[in-house]
Amino acid sequence: MSDLRLAARQVGYENKAFWRNPAAAFFTFAFPLMFLVIFNLIFGSDTTARFGCARKFSVSNFYIPAVTAFAVISACYTNIAITVAFTRDEGVLKRLRGTPLPSWVYLFGRIVHAIIIAIILVVIVVLFGRAFYNVDLPGKTLPAFIATLAVGAACFSSLGLAVTAIIPNADASPAVVNATILPLLFISDVFIPLDKAPKYLATFSNIFPVKHFSHGLLTAYSPCPTGTGFVASDLLVMGAWCVAGVLLSARFFSWEPRT
Amino acid sequence: MLRPMPAPAINVRGLRKSYGALEAVQGIDLEVAEGEVFALLGPNGAGKTTTVEILEGHRERSAGDVSVLGRDPARADRAHRARIGIVLQSTGLNQYLTAAETINLYRGFYPNPRPLDEVLNVVGLTEKRDERVRRLSGGQQRRLDVGIGLAGDPDLLFLDEPTTGFDPAARRGAWEMVKSLASLGKTILLTTHYMDEAQALADRVAIISAGRIVAEGPPSTLVGTSERVTLIRFRVPSGSPPLPAAIEANARESAAGVEIRAEEATLALHELTGWALEHGITLEALEVTRPSLEDVYLELTRGAEQVAST
Repeated sequence: MSDLRLAARQVGYENKAFWRNPAAAFFTFAFPLMFLVIFNLIFGSDTTARFGCARKFSVSNFYIPAVTAFAVISACYTNIAITVAFTRDEGVLKRLRGTPLPSWVYLFGRIVHAIIIAIILVVIVVLFGRAFYNVDLPGKTLPAFIATLAVGAACFSSLGLAVTAIIPNADASPAVVNATILPLLFISDVFIPLDKAPKYLATFSNIFPVKHFSHGLLTAYSPCPTGTGFVASDLLVMGAWCVAGVLLSARFFSWEPRT
Repeated sequence: MLRPMPAPAINVRGLRKSYGALEAVQGIDLEVAEGEVFALLGPNGAGKTTTVEILEGHRERSAGDVSVLGRDPARADRAHRARIGIVLQSTGLNQYLTAAETINLYRGFYPNPRPLDEVLNVVGLTEKRDERVRRLSGGQQRRLDVGIGLAGDPDLLFLDEPTTGFDPAARRGAWEMVKSLASLGKTILLTTHYMDEAQALADRVAIISAGRIVAEGPPSTLVGTSERVTLIRFRVPSGSPPLPAAIEANARESAAGVEIRAEEATLALHELTGWALEHGITLEALEVTRPSLEDVYLELTRGAEQVAST
């Protein structure tokens, strides 16, 4: 069997196992929607200037792309980091290393599976926004929206792998993953539009990829689009984090349980 | 025409492995012939797993020569890994795949996999083939682990403590399985800390203690090495006078009582009973036996239990 067929097969097995746990699958998909509904219930009457348009728009317009960012980050970063830490602790990665399977094939399978889940989540959030919050889909900025999603998914998958290097054991993985991502979600225009945030906070959050992801998606989802919606600087910063994640994984990724 | 002697499946000379200041393996020599079932026996922390992991290619050695199926495992490539099967001590399984799907997933990694039905049959999971892993018992999951190790139809199989944590019935079942693997002509290197397991399964046994091999040979000859020794066990009431000097040198006291390893059993018994009669002491639970393989093992590995952890 060629390596590419092996990789496709690996994705197939990951997928099969995923759908056989309906409770886990249901909540994976319901989770971002819960945030979308709750944020809209709390802040739905507010307006925001985050789009940089001539007038302010309802925060519902903000929350569709913002929760899309959150959904991709959950499916890629959070999910990959925790499942890889668990399979590492259970010795599964070590066992795979003793077989002729090329190492990259397993990781490829995990990442592609995560991206499939991310795609389904994005479709759900976007359709939900159109159905219940009257937020239109991007038109001519659709390529920018898709490109930003693709770079973001690659970036957060790569970082999800890299962060396993600082996860000492599976039990610690949710704590480490949440501690590294939740604060950024609060200060990066994802959970809360930062209309009133102090300037230094915005400057600080610019270092990290979350802000660039949400900013890129907001631009592509703008209710007053200008141009194609591509923001080169956001894509570049995420690309740099993606490369950093790959390099850190190549150097520090562990196939054996850490003791 | 003369045929060359078949190369041993595993050949190890002067193997050493240090973790910082701790020397877990301190110069081991091993030779396992093709088709042989070889058991590495020793207490936890003796260096069994470290040794096996070096042979599997999971760990780098500090010194020594190692050849596995004619290759240096530290430089194993894909073709080499296709010829060996590794069953680690405890490994997770995807709970939502069935037994057959799990074996098939791994079969796909190998150029010449063993037919699925045969693998399931050897590990006794034919009836459970369509059962999801989460509904299998602990023993069945462990057998599935072994099935994964067999999926590629390896020439050499590593079994690291295949029955640890099993109840007695499951252990018997696993033994039958290993015997049927051996009858397929596979070379098997297994580690265990159960004496009876090594005795039941292995053609040859090496007892490893504190990073060194302290005895090696077929199980029967290992007992033979201490053939001259007789074990005398008994209990004495507290406050008894000291044992006679002639036998005290070979006596060991524990909570279970006193054990004397006597080379001259007649003389030792004479001394002992004479001393007991003289002081009016009853020798409770008096027992005179030949050492079993277990006694040999305990004697050889005594005091080494806490030396190292692997």
